[in-house]
Amino acid sequence: MGRFLASRLLQAIPVILAVITVTFFLVRVAPGGPFDSEKAVIPEVKAALEAQYRLDQPLFSQYLAYLGDLAQGDFGPSFKYPGRSVNELIGAGLPVTAELGLYALLIATLIGGLAGVIASLRPNTPQDYVPMALAMIGICMPTFLLGPLLVLVFGIELEWLPVSGWGDIPGDKILPSITLGAAYAAYIARLSRAGMLEVLSQDYIRTARAKGLPEWQVVVKHGLRGGLLPVVAFLGPAFAGLLAGSFVVETIFQIPGLGRFYVQAAFNRDYTMILGTTVFLSTLIVLFNLLSDVLAASLNPRLRHQYQTGGMP
Amino acid sequence: MALLEVRDLGVSFVTRNGVNKAVDGISFDVEAGKITAIIGESGSGKSVACYSMLGLVPMPPGRIDGGSAHFDGQDLLQMSEAELRKIRGRDIAMIFQDPMTCLNPFMRIGEQMIEPLVLHRGTSKAEAMERAIELLGEVGIREPASTINCYPHEFSGGMRQRVMIAMALINEPRLLIADEPTTALDVTIQAQILQLIAELQKSRDIGVIFISHDLAVVADIADQIAVMQEGRIVERGDREAIFSHAEHPYTQKLLSAIPSGGKENAQAHDDTLVRVRNLKTWFHSGEETVKAVDDVSFEIRRGEILGMVGESGSGKSTIGRSLLRLVPVTGGEVEFDGVDVTALEGTALKDMRRRMQMIFQDPFASLNPRMTVFDTLAEPLLLHGIETRKSVSQAVLKLMDDVGLMRSAVRKYPHEFSGGQRQRIAIGRALATRPEFVVADEPVSALDVTIQAQILDLMEALGREYGLTMLFVSHDLAVVKHLADRIVVLYQGRIVEQGTGDSLFANPQEPYTQRLLGAIPGRHLL
Repeated sequence: MGRFLASRLLQAIPVILAVITVTFFLVRVAPGGPFDSEKAVIPEVKAALEAQYRLDQPLFSQYLAYLGDLAQGDFGPSFKYPGRSVNELIGAGLPVTAELGLYALLIATLIGGLAGVIASLRPNTPQDYVPMALAMIGICMPTFLLGPLLVLVFGIELEWLPVSGWGDIPGDKILPSITLGAAYAAYIARLSRAGMLEVLSQDYIRTARAKGLPEWQVVVKHGLRGGLLPVVAFLGPAFAGLLAGSFVVETIFQIPGLGRFYVQAAFNRDYTMILGTTVFLSTLIVLFNLLSDVLAASLNPRLRHQYQTGGMP
Repeated sequence: MALLEVRDLGVSFVTRNGVNKAVDGISFDVEAGKITAIIGESGSGKSVACYSMLGLVPMPPGRIDGGSAHFDGQDLLQMSEAELRKIRGRDIAMIFQDPMTCLNPFMRIGEQMIEPLVLHRGTSKAEAMERAIELLGEVGIREPASTINCYPHEFSGGMRQRVMIAMALINEPRLLIADEPTTALDVTIQAQILQLIAELQKSRDIGVIFISHDLAVVADIADQIAVMQEGRIVERGDREAIFSHAEHPYTQKLLSAIPSGGKENAQAHDDTLVRVRNLKTWFHSGEETVKAVDDVSFEIRRGEILGMVGESGSGKSTIGRSLLRLVPVTGGEVEFDGVDVTALEGTALKDMRRRMQMIFQDPFASLNPRMTVFDTLAEPLLLHGIETRKSVSQAVLKLMDDVGLMRSAVRKYPHEFSGGQRQRIAIGRALATRPEFVVADEPVSALDVTIQAQILDLMEALGREYGLTMLFVSHDLAVVKHLADRIVVLYQGRIVEQGTGDSLFANPQEPYTQRLLGAIPGRHLL
């Protein structure tokens, strides 16, 4: 397993390097710069600012300097929030976004997993059609529609839950988590249904029934572990996706998370902030993919065996 | 009174295309302490009959039409699901065909084995584990105390079947239903498992229903035999009666399908088409080197069928693949018509592949499920530029005729065919390029005996018509003897013996060959 981990971590280095390089040069190709504004800035001031942030140097040496800083874990200063570093900004936004992402993932896994398993037990009956139709709606419904809809119903009409904020009023974390988790719940429902259908048709399920096990034990003890493997493999990328994709939800519910910084940075041409968040999130995506592979392997003895002997799956 | 008395059992499947009678009023008895064999080909209803008694046929689409199945005086067919559950795994246990897929790959075998004991008898886990270890020892698993913590993938097929048997016996059932328990196994392993079942059955005095498609398999162990065809029992009797004077034509057909006899008039040419010298194919798995094929030399003359026999892991399939360069060769030479195949690259290799083809074991897995038969057969013809887009249809239809398939089926997909028909398609695909040399890798071992006989006949006829040279790989000596001019016996990557079928059968020199011969089921019938 150690060898497998080491080789996967080594493989991640060129991936992340490529992300840094492409992002670095892409943001520079985009028209405009961090200190352009509608009001004319005095050229001397602009030049001084650019010198302070190394923008007066040739592009390639800026790139090398950035890599050097990054190697020491320094994402550099923000261009738009003077006096604050990108590290600080990410540090401020990440806990909020991570908490939101975690709740969303929990909701998605519980609701999606349950719906998928229930649907798989009686395929092609109403017990299958209803959850799957809901899942289809969940996948098709964009968060910028679902969020306001939930606010309208549960916040304004029924007045059950707060409509915005994060950690200010009790219960204000519920609607954003549901909004963010809904699409993933739908996806997980479909994954777990397919996984369970596949497993429940296996010969060893028949063996379990032949032992006289009651049906719920057949499903829970013999079915779930194999059937939910695809879901486990999806959890890592899903969590990384939740972190990176929380912008819309954070905007709708006025949540001070990472996603909002990320998009604002793009509008502001805040070069270091764009780079910092991109590199940070892509590293997370790589790590979470690795994590779910390890998790899947720990659930699947055959995969575990392959990793131990050094073979690749 | 018999342990199990089945009377007029009928089971149907209700599908969109109508009602399909799978079991049509069958009656048979199983005595305690006796083995009752139910013989029939796939789809004859033999498994459905047994599964339906235990409530293991999903309903719908399944439906019990009527009849009774008295076990111990109680009618199984009248029981509720909850009552049946109490009998399943306690009084009636089952073992299945494919030990590879019938054990839960995610659970240690110990956990799986103790389930029925804990469930039905409320035994504590620790006690149940002890019992499981005892049983594992009894079915011949070495060091059961430690292997009980292994996962199924850590066992070979034969060992898994032993685990299945131990698991079935853990509650000391009175009836054991064995559904093709040896079909997925090598001949030598099959012989061991058959012996094990017979021994356990005698020592425990339990009743056994042994389901098989192969009469030869039960020739040594069955007390009673019932032959099923299309949902009906066409003939029933004790073993002697069935083997010595079978009355029903279908039983006679099954008997004649048992491969026997050698090949007549071997008429191979003198020149050598394939010459293999010191072939080595090694695989690397982590630190280990697996010497799958280790220093093997042999020759095949033009027009000859060379049989290659050995058990799983003997390297026989790897040799076939090495000849065709489907796996990288570690060392040695493979000369085909004077050219060293191991050195070929690019177009030269592609041209050579046209002249050498392969037929694989599993016609379910080796055909692309998204391609019609037409596409499957046309692809090699177009790929090698043998036919043009215009002329290819005629060539494909000719191939369909050759392999005995209806021309009208040409637009169908593989899943619409039976196993035997699929193997015909696979043979057609291999012959499409008009190869001179074909490697047939266990082409009939996934098929029922009756179908097996048809495919062997087809291969023999086509071999003659196309003037084929063939390497015929199988674990089954009886099948090989039926078809091959000469036989090579492989053991652990090396050739241990070779000769004509008759000389090998009459006078085997090596102990391994003797063991292989001893393992042929129903060998006294040959």
